[in-house]
Amino acid sequence: MNNIKILVNGIVRENPTFVLLLGMCPTLGTTSSALNGMSMGLATMFVLICSNVVISALKRWIPDQVRIPAFIVIIATFVTIVQMVMEAFVPDLYASLGLFIPLIVVNCIVLGRAEAFAAKNQVVASAFDGIGIGLGFTLALTLLGIMREGLGTGKFFGLTFMPEEFGSLIFVLAPGAFIALGYLIALVNKLRKA
Amino acid sequence: MLLSLAGICIIAGAALAAVNQFTLEPIATSKAAALQAAIQKVTPSFDNNPTEEQYKAPTAEGDSLTIYPAKQNGQLVGVAVESYTKKGFGGTIKVIAGFDTKGKLLNYSVLQHAETPGLGSKMEEWFRTDKNRQSIVGRSLAGGNLTVAKDGGDVDAITAATISSRAFLDAINRAYSAYRGNGTEGMTGATPQAGEEQVAPAGETASTEEGGKQ
Repeated sequence: MNNIKILVNGIVRENPTFVLLLGMCPTLGTTSSALNGMSMGLATMFVLICSNVVISALKRWIPDQVRIPAFIVIIATFVTIVQMVMEAFVPDLYASLGLFIPLIVVNCIVLGRAEAFAAKNQVVASAFDGIGIGLGFTLALTLLGIMREGLGTGKFFGLTFMPEEFGSLIFVLAPGAFIALGYLIALVNKLRKA
Repeated sequence: MLLSLAGICIIAGAALAAVNQFTLEPIATSKAAALQAAIQKVTPSFDNNPTEEQYKAPTAEGDSLTIYPAKQNGQLVGVAVESYTKKGFGGTIKVIAGFDTKGKLLNYSVLQHAETPGLGSKMEEWFRTDKNRQSIVGRSLAGGNLTVAKDGGDVDAITAATISSRAFLDAINRAYSAYRGNGTEGMTGATPQAGEEQVAPAGETASTEEGGKQ
């Protein structure tokens, strides 16, 4: 499998949100606005790439019996770095995402890719897998965020396309997240089969 | 096995220590800048350094709030009170409220909240918008607490977010009562010592804070 294929695989064929249905907690929790969804996706992508690279580089020295704790320590380190850097340089974003950043540690996408891909493949391939899965996740969260914020408040990324009064508030709240995600998954499945 | 796990933990710890070292200052700076901006937003123009002259004022619950006095030419023109409430729909709400010396609310800013996006989160703008009885800016709290219309008050609550609105007003009222319970003596004195006099009634909580700064 060449690197481009790995990349496309992460975005389309094994899209973590729409196809694998992994990492639902941050998906539903942070997508109340398009910007939050995209930021969460990018933060996860950063952690995913770093942990994939480090784990595939270290895999020879990590014994099988302790691989899960070792992976978690590596992932948690990168998540904490993201959190501290975010708090230092983009405090506004940190204020709205702060609660969800530590949750990246337990995001099953990150541990899943470490276990299923990085522990068996070379460093470069693992990096591409991280980018692909990360992009797929970011894309899914951004789409969901646009849909929810758009239908809920009539605007996304600061662009207004209809008056706020026409928005249906349920899409900003938790039930709307499930409804919007369900329709998006159905749409993606339909497109994949076509 | 033990060795490799311990090695990974040591390296991870070292990396985190380095990043912490590196981000400590930017985090402190951005927090101070955010506080400074909030104080500037809610008080009249001042020429002193409110964060340096801050003092603690006790509340009825036995807690204390931080008050930042704003002075122009040594004369107290208003205060910014950092207040909070635990009655929010999503937990604690932190606000900073600015009052002039007569107890009129000049402006406010929400520092931290976890209210529902699209509902309670509107409070940052809602209570400033001049529409019906929404706005609380310019109202005086000297005549009594602000309450939402549903509780017999004269403030229109955020549509579909009465709990958040109640909590928000609770934080504002707490700010005022802490300020008034402590600041009345200071208002009479126009000399630079006014700040010192204000501190006295606050008792132990204030003296240690103030003593360390000056």
